[in-house]
Amino acid sequence: MIEARAVGKHYGQKVAVDDLTFTVKPGIVTGFLGPNGAGKSTTMRLILGLDAPTSGSVTVNGKHYRDLRAPLHEVGALLEARAIHTGRSGYNHLLALAQTHSIPKRRVDEVIELVGLESVARKRVGSFSLGMGQRLGVAAALLGDPKTVILDEPANGLDPEGIRWIRNLLKGLAAEGRTVFLSSHLMSEMEQTAEHLIVIGKGRLIADTSVSQFVSQASSGAPVRVRAAQLAALQDALTGNGARVIQADGGAIEVQGLSSEQIGEIAAAQQLVLHELTPLQASLEDAFMSLTKDAVEYQQV
Amino acid sequence: MTTEASSLPLNAPVQGMSSGVTLPRLIRSEWTKLWSLRSTRWTLFFACLSMAGLGPLIAVITMARWNHMPAIQRLTLDPIERSLGGYHLAQLAIGVLGVLVISGEYSTGMIRSSLMAAPKRLPVLWAKILVFASVAFVLMVITALIGYLASQAIFTQHHVNVPLSQTPAFRVLIGTVLFMTVTGVLCVALGTIVRSTAGGISAYVGIMFVLPGLADILPTSLSNAINPYLPSNAGGSVTSVFQQAHTFSAWGGFALFCGYTVVAVGLAAYLLRTRDA
Repeated sequence: MIEARAVGKHYGQKVAVDDLTFTVKPGIVTGFLGPNGAGKSTTMRLILGLDAPTSGSVTVNGKHYRDLRAPLHEVGALLEARAIHTGRSGYNHLLALAQTHSIPKRRVDEVIELVGLESVARKRVGSFSLGMGQRLGVAAALLGDPKTVILDEPANGLDPEGIRWIRNLLKGLAAEGRTVFLSSHLMSEMEQTAEHLIVIGKGRLIADTSVSQFVSQASSGAPVRVRAAQLAALQDALTGNGARVIQADGGAIEVQGLSSEQIGEIAAAQQLVLHELTPLQASLEDAFMSLTKDAVEYQQV
Repeated sequence: MTTEASSLPLNAPVQGMSSGVTLPRLIRSEWTKLWSLRSTRWTLFFACLSMAGLGPLIAVITMARWNHMPAIQRLTLDPIERSLGGYHLAQLAIGVLGVLVISGEYSTGMIRSSLMAAPKRLPVLWAKILVFASVAFVLMVITALIGYLASQAIFTQHHVNVPLSQTPAFRVLIGTVLFMTVTGVLCVALGTIVRSTAGGISAYVGIMFVLPGLADILPTSLSNAINPYLPSNAGGSVTSVFQQAHTFSAWGGFALFCGYTVVAVGLAAYLLRTRDA
């Protein structure tokens, strides 16, 4: 359980996170979504006590991170920025972390096996590929068997097989009742992994909702694809009711401003035969784009 | 890789076995961190080699040239300081390693892992200082003894040897080792304050090696007034056989150097506690 209460972070004049309030619940994967520069990493650093909030507070399992007596058992985290000394072997990195909590050596071997790094664990981290480094970060996050797992852009540098692996891993962790909070700027990844979404842009909360609700909400203004026997007559009837109509391929039209129900009723009243009536659902990607278009740090011209 | 593998079987035992972060646990962790880096092993090897080897090497050269040396040189030969002459190089290595112990964590991002594991932060600094100071002290005591005894054995050729039991031989030896150890601690503090390897080493070199040079170009009266207070001179007084004019007593100067180090460590602790990592 992660609870942010009106948390804010300023770096001088620059506002990184502004008055964020949200709760991340256990038992499900919660996605943390936002364009690059939206404040996702900063928020995660605030949760982990690495940065101190300018205002408000964040707690993990009811406590400020700094007050956790055994933080590795409470929270496991993978940061976007590397947090591993490149001169050390992966094994020694994990061992040094484990020793801070007297976590036994066999647990170190276990997490190495879990992330599939057995063959390279004794090599210097400096020689690791991006994906191997990411797996080592996941191993470190799981070292203390934490109740809460926080991962910043975990898919970075992973190949498709690795992405599927981490997706299943996270779903499994959530199914065990853990709190799983992961950030990404890639919608498609979230659509397949997360159940709940917290969306931010320019440091502000944009949405805090389930993935399905998020998509249906964003789809409410989406067009309806229509094909009909007497298309011209239907088109007149629809525009007469205030709809905007654009021509689509395959002899169809896309109608904006009316729901599929309304279109069906209008057609029935005019005794016009419909061949197709399809509400076009926005993908998570589209939903996200439309929600954050005002909040993108670097707008493309 | 299956999801079943993530159903972490050690759940109960892991939680039960460890009840949290303690200073002894952080000390074990810092011990592992220190020795698992190749740079540490090389730097400490270099420090040990200098401390144990340079004194005897100088002794051999001195004895070989003894019969050709002018009388004045024979009379002013200081067999105690000569046998510990390797400390200048060893001190440089210890100082650089002291900076690296913490700056290496900042440059690689490791500090974030360290602070996430120990979010109270200050115990991490205490553990680092304790581990590094202990390692430096033990290694330097052993190698200083080797260097000293070997050198004196060589000096017996022309009977200029000074046994360790003769005043102030032991004070100089232990003082030299303590000066190096506290220098190491000062450098951990400097590394924590500036958070970069280059910056930390520059601060160390600036304070210990450049400041004395700058003081020398001041008018004599001024430099005489300032000199004893410079960290290098204050700390170095305990490594000298004779106290020169315008210096503190051996242990008085060393106490002042320890005072500077305490101030630096205090500042480092304050910054580590309050700064964003």
